[in-house]
Parts: sequence; C-alpha cells; structure tokens
Amino acid sequence: MILDYLQVFLVGGIICTIGQVFINTTKMTSARILVGFLLLGVVLETIGVFKYVKEFGMAGATVPITGFGSNLAKGAIKGALENGILGAITGGIEAVAGGIAVVIFISFIVGLISSSKTK
Amino acid sequence: MNEPNKEYIELVKKKMPKSKHLLTMFRAFWVGGLICCIGQGITDLYKHFFSELPEEEIATLTTITLICITVILTGFGIYDKIGAYAGAGSIVPITGFANSVASPAIEHKREGVVLGLCANIFTVAGPVIVFGISSSIAVGIIVLIFKGAFI
Amino acid sequence: MKNHTIFFKNKIYIEDTATIVGPKEHEGPVGKYFDKNIEDDLLGQKSHEKAETKLHISTIKYLLNKTHRKPHEIDLCLSGDLLDEISGANFTMREFDIPFMGLYNACATFGEALIAASCFLDTDNFSRVICSTSSHFSTAERQYRYPLELGNQRTPLAQWTATGVGATMLNNVSGKVIIDCATIGRVVDYGLTDANDMGAAMAPAARETLLAHLEGTGRSPDYYDLILTGDLGEAGHRLLILLMEEKGVKLGSNYCDCGILLFNRMAQDVGQGGSGAACSSTVFNGYVYKKLLSGELNKVLLIPTGALVSKTSSLQGESIPGIAHAVSFKRV
Repeated sequence: MILDYLQVFLVGGIICTIGQVFINTTKMTSARILVGFLLLGVVLETIGVFKYVKEFGMAGATVPITGFGSNLAKGAIKGALENGILGAITGGIEAVAGGIAVVIFISFIVGLISSSKTK
Repeated sequence: MNEPNKEYIELVKKKMPKSKHLLTMFRAFWVGGLICCIGQGITDLYKHFFSELPEEEIATLTTITLICITVILTGFGIYDKIGAYAGAGSIVPITGFANSVASPAIEHKREGVVLGLCANIFTVAGPVIVFGISSSIAVGIIVLIFKGAFI
Repeated sequence: MKNHTIFFKNKIYIEDTATIVGPKEHEGPVGKYFDKNIEDDLLGQKSHEKAETKLHISTIKYLLNKTHRKPHEIDLCLSGDLLDEISGANFTMREFDIPFMGLYNACATFGEALIAASCFLDTDNFSRVICSTSSHFSTAERQYRYPLELGNQRTPLAQWTATGVGATMLNNVSGKVIIDCATIGRVVDYGLTDANDMGAAMAPAARETLLAHLEGTGRSPDYYDLILTGDLGEAGHRLLILLMEEKGVKLGSNYCDCGILLFNRMAQDVGQGGSGAACSSTVFNGYVYKKLLSGELNKVLLIPTGALVSKTSSLQGESIPGIAHAVSFKRV
C-alpha cells in the first residue's frame, strides 16, 4: 500500500519535473507544456509503452495530462479495431468525453459565479 | 529593417538572472507527486465503494473528481497560488488543464456570458483539445492501415 | 535641436502633482509619499478596467481640488495608459470639460506627456496643462499575459505592473520645480523577443536617450542628484549600468530605477520590480517631487522607459522595440 503510493509519487513527480525543466530552459508557456505532454501520452500509448509506465506508476502516470493523451489514443485504437473508420474518428473523443464534458460544464458554472481576484 | 544585435542578445543571456533550477524542480516534483497521490487516493476510495464498476469507469470518475476540485479551487482564487509555487507540478497534471479552462472563463465573464465567458473559455486550453482530438484521429487512421500490428 | 534635446525658452513650472496608488504600492518603500491609496483595487466597480478609469478620474479631480483650479482654467490634458486604444484615458476624459489629447508610448507615456506639455507651454499659447498616466495590475495582466486565475509561474525576469495614477499640473508662471530641458528618445530595438524580459528590451533605448541627453546638454551624470529610469527593474538597471560603461560613462550611486523604488522586491514577490505607465508617474509625482520640494534633491533626470510590445506582434515573432524619453527637473 505505502509502496504503491511511493511509486505513484515518484512517477508523477518525475513527469512534472521534466515539465519544469522545459519551462525553465525554453520559456514554454503552460499551453505548450500541456500539448507536449499530451502528445507524448498519445505516442507512448500508440507504440505500446504506456501500459508499462501505468503498471508501475498507476495514478502517477494517468493523472498527468499524458494519461489523458493515452486515453485518447487507446480509445482511437479500440474504435478503429472494432468499428473501422467511424470508430477511428469517434473512439478518441468517446474515451475522454467524460473529462471534457465535465471541465466545460463546471467551468461554465464556476465562471458564472466567481470573479477573478487581484493578486 | 532592424537587424538583431547579436552581441547584446549574448550579453543579456549571460547577465540576466536565470530560473533557480533545483528549487523549481524540487517544488514541481513534490507538488506533482502529491497531486498524483491524491488521484490514487480517490481511485482507491472509488474502488472500495463502487467495487462493481470496471476499472476504466473508475479512472474516468477519478479524472472528473480532480477536475471538479481544481475548478472550484480556481473559482476561489487558490489554484493560481499553488501554480505560482509549483510551476509544472500543477500544470502537467490534468488539474492544470482544468485550471486553464476555468481561468479564462472566470476572467472573461465581464464581457458577457456568450461573447465573453463562452467565447473565451478555450483561449488557453484550446490547443490541448485540438491536438488531442486530431492526434487521436491520426492514431485511429494509422491503426486502420496497420491493423495487424495492434491486434 | 542638438541631439534631440530641447532647452525650453520659458520656464516650465510644476504647479502641483497628485498620486493615488493601489494597496501593494502603498506597502512599498516609498508608500508614504503617495497622496492617497486605495484598499480594494476593484473600487466597487464591475471590472478592473472600470476601476482603473475611476482611479484616473479621482486623481485628476484631486489635483484640481488641491490646486483650486476649475476645469476651464486647464488648457489641455495629455493622458495615456496601457489599455487597447488607451480606453482608460478616453473614458476618464469623458468626465471633464478639458481639451484632451491621448498619448501612447507604453510605460514611457509619462515622459512623452511631460515633453509634449512643456513644448506647448513654451509657445505661450497654453498656460496650464495636466499630464497623467495610469496603469492597473489586473488590466495589464489580462491584456498582455494570462487570465489572473491561471496557475502559472512568473519567470524570474517578470515585473509587476503598478496599480495607480500619477498626474502633474504644469504652467509657465510659477512653481517651485522647473523642467529646464528634455531629450526625446527614438525607438531602439536590439532584437530581443522575450516578452517577459522587458528590462533588457528597454535598456538599449534608455542608453541611447541618456547618451544623447548628456551630449546634448554637455552635462555629466554627476550633474544630477538623481537619475531615475522608468521601469527597467533590478536586472535591467544593472544592465544599463553595464551598457553605459561600454560607452565610457559611469553611472554612480545617484542612478536608480522607479521600478526598484516602488516595491520591496524581496518581500513583495514582484520579480524584478515594478513596471507600467503608472510606475514612473507615481514615483515621480509622489516621492521625487516631494523630495524636490523639501530640497533633499535639487536636480533630477527622469527617463521613463517603454517596451512597445503588442500581443499580436510578439506572437508573430516580432522583437520588442523600446523607447525612452529624458526630462530634466530643477528646483528653483
């Protein structure tokens, strides 16, 4: 149990540290960092490496945006194999539909209620 | 046309203060690790209470929970303070994505709900959606072409 | 005109100044020199843009009250800010029955306004002119950078846009401080593209203007009790010292930067220091003007610096042009 969490902490921490190195050295903005790690997840899933990372890191691999990318790719692969061309197009979005739907909905609600505060 | 002054650009590179690598990396490491552990904790809780659900649905529920927590923290003006401390530690996790959707929504509400909030909600996170969906379709097509390799 | 430097034939006096600043500026090292400060920088308005306008209106009203002048006694108001189409200044001047000309030179707007006003007053067609600039952290942040609630890290070179308004009333009749000469800067661009590193983008422009000023007036840096650049920040200020040494001019302890004076850099977490159109105008109208009145300073050279960056141009890969204007003040 404790060892599990240690692995999660380690993998998640390392992924974020790599992101920080990119921020420090290339002055990347957060949108670019997010896109970069997302694509990394897509590629790792497609070539079949991500499942080993996930096996070891669990949430440490799936909570970073790479996990989101891996879900997209996993859905697309599954869709393409099961439903052909239509599955190849819809599979990715279907797999992450929950996350995207919620992020839009709750951001909309919170946006209506809250206002930005001066720092 | 104005030619770049190479000497000056070199001088600026040499003389201007740099990011403190070790400090920022350490902060990103522990906050990023902690957010992932919270994700794992939520997963374990759901596994305990909804043991009949398949693993994929639990993963989706975890993601949704993390997104909700982040957006609410953003609404209270807390998440940007975490971000200022942790840098990539709170950008790279899915929570960073949720924050980058919620923050422009909150910011642009003052220009109206439709043309402000809704029109600007993806100004920061839009590229993530565009790249995510496009790359997933590309992967799907690759799979269709090289079916044998994926079965 | 020698080296872009104008010596005014008339004596251009400062009649009085007014400053209102935000809470963070009030806590800074020169906080007690500002006339007024606000607790909440939203000022009960619906948006920070409206708050900035309200702040600007209050400052000009306060300046008129302080000097017991009526709007019809003011021949011209020269104002600017950092918003698109300088909308803050436009909405401010909607409230006053005073002729208005809007100016934009980014954070160097205050210098531009002082020089333009002095030239107008020098012609004898004008007798009293107000120069004012405003900026607001929250409006600048959303216009030039990111939403306020976005959790990203400020780079070590970032600066903190000052919240506040500084206004100066100039006349050609009487006062305790005069503007004796000024140097108009030209746009200098050495090809830097990092929009977070304004100090380094503006330092070459500041050097160009300072060199032209020293040559045009035949003065040395020691002639002034205080040389004050606008908002180069700590790192940009050190860079300018280095750049001046390259040209054989040594800047001593009489050189400082408004951005450094405005905030306590370590305690207030403001990166390299303050910036924004209000940075030089509040520090000058608050701190420097009071020091000039009390006689602690006699000759001051103010060099507001501006990074003429736009979000579109920097996304299109353009570098950041800088500008700086120098204005020389003397106690009489």
